[in-house]
Amino acid sequence: MPSLPPIRPEDEAVAKVRGNTGAFDAPPVAEEDRVRFDYLLRLGDDSLILGQRLSEYCGHAPSVEVDLSLANMGLDLIGQATHFLEYASKVEGAGRDGDALAFRRDVLDFRNCWLVEQPNGDFAQTMARQFLFSTWQKLLFGQLTASADEMIAAIAAKAVKEVTYHEELSAEWVIRLGDGTDESRRRMKEGLDWNWRFIPELFEMDEIAAEMTSRGIGADVGSFREEYDRKVRAVIEQATLEVPSDQRPILGGRRGHHSENLGHILAPMQYLQRTYPDATW
Amino acid sequence: MYTAELQKTARIASTEDPDKLAAFEARVAADEFIEPKDWMPEAYRRTLTRQISQHAHSEIVGMLPEGNWISRAPSLRRKAILLAKVQDEAGHGLYLYSAAETLGTSRQEMIEALHSGKAKYSTIFNYPTLTWADIGAIGWLVDGAAIMNQVPLQRTSYGPYARAMVRVCKEESFHQRQGYEIMMHLAAGTVEQKRMAQDALNRWWWPSLMMFGPPDENSPNTEQSMRWRIKRDTNDDLRQKFVDITKPQADAIGLNVPDPDLRWNEEKGGHDFGEVDWDEFYAVVKGEGPVAKERMKARRDAWEQNAWVREAADAYAQKQIRKREAA
Repeated sequence: MPSLPPIRPEDEAVAKVRGNTGAFDAPPVAEEDRVRFDYLLRLGDDSLILGQRLSEYCGHAPSVEVDLSLANMGLDLIGQATHFLEYASKVEGAGRDGDALAFRRDVLDFRNCWLVEQPNGDFAQTMARQFLFSTWQKLLFGQLTASADEMIAAIAAKAVKEVTYHEELSAEWVIRLGDGTDESRRRMKEGLDWNWRFIPELFEMDEIAAEMTSRGIGADVGSFREEYDRKVRAVIEQATLEVPSDQRPILGGRRGHHSENLGHILAPMQYLQRTYPDATW
Repeated sequence: MYTAELQKTARIASTEDPDKLAAFEARVAADEFIEPKDWMPEAYRRTLTRQISQHAHSEIVGMLPEGNWISRAPSLRRKAILLAKVQDEAGHGLYLYSAAETLGTSRQEMIEALHSGKAKYSTIFNYPTLTWADIGAIGWLVDGAAIMNQVPLQRTSYGPYARAMVRVCKEESFHQRQGYEIMMHLAAGTVEQKRMAQDALNRWWWPSLMMFGPPDENSPNTEQSMRWRIKRDTNDDLRQKFVDITKPQADAIGLNVPDPDLRWNEEKGGHDFGEVDWDEFYAVVKGEGPVAKERMKARRDAWEQNAWVREAADAYAQKQIRKREAA
């Protein structure tokens, strides 16, 4: 052991009059920030996973025009995810950047809802998923534009314009396919049936969502449930289809408990980052 | 992306009105644009339809090798850039199909010709994308070659094609830069990343040189196409230009061009380089490329398995028309 300077009587005198400055621990992350971090992951992961799903379509869509619109939506969503996750990394302050959050977390730490991780299925199932999600996301972002968190408000203000188009485009396809041919009608009915179970999770108010709402940062999803139902029903009616029946809610995504799909989405998505952990790209 | 002409040119029919033909040739020689409603020789129309539709097909098939990496792109930024790039290719395909339609062939007919194997697309897309570095190599080399081909086409004699090229070229230049940037990053990265980058260059170099089409002595279309200002440079001239520009770019990031015969020739003010394996080129043209079957299957599947979507859209549109008429 190296020799250390002695503690002199004058040092002891100074120590005696110094105030008690805190506990022996790393600087605490404010509880508020941890909740905010989790909330940002929910916002970012929803966009990231749906963007990832849509990008699987690239080059395989029913027409060039549809390829363009799916890629366009995917691009919007990846952009939103980037903003939310970059901001989440700042709030967390643990040295992980947005890419580390996207490519180095495993299933249990993802906070997206079940709806966005559902398989593309056929084009009807993809559009049903998009419609049910974008209708919700537009209402959500609409409210978040007034968030007390200026960064969230700014991201939402940009994103709400994008998802307005997503909602319109997907609603048009729900109507077109529902009221198209017998086959497209059957497929759209099945697409809606498949995804319908995951709507309640979008409106789940757990402790984190409630705290964010009470702080004026998060959205009060319950406040637009009726509007959501009304919009969705109107489109389904215009598509001359029946509204699927509700079932017991499937929850868990917001706490890291997902469907089996998520692991398979993350495996290719994270493969380069995981295989070459020391590389930058 | 770009496609070289791959099929034999049509001969000028002896039945064309000689006065009209002479007037047409004079306009073209004066660098005037020919527009859809103008008179044009049938052979001009056929050659252009083939060239523009091949170009469109190349854009659409070209989405597949890069689309293969969107879900595996290694960062959010790279993912967004690649998605935007592939979206651009779809956009190029769309306005090239539209430009070709102004010559009187429908998009449906062109797509059927692609799926039946009658129409061609650039040979380059029949090679697989193995690693992330291939995305860099495609942007750098393939889009680089595309730009070389397409810049002169901005002055091609057919107006709609020339105007489409103006927009396409702007976007291709962004594509080329992003590809080179990926390669630059990999070449300065870990041992594994450098290996990926060099391997990608090794695999994509020769197929990129093939993109300019067969050597001039073997390119019977060139003379007529140049006279009609459909083409503005010969295949070999463009290939030479590509090699001269690309070699120093490889040097700058410490990658080796896989050609032992490549060296600077002071006298001609350009590089000498090795012979392209033209047997391989013609085999790929015939449909024997390593992933040619996969590419065509992916296109046919997307088209056939989604036929019900297009039928539904038509049926819905018809219903709306009937409703409006009844109202």
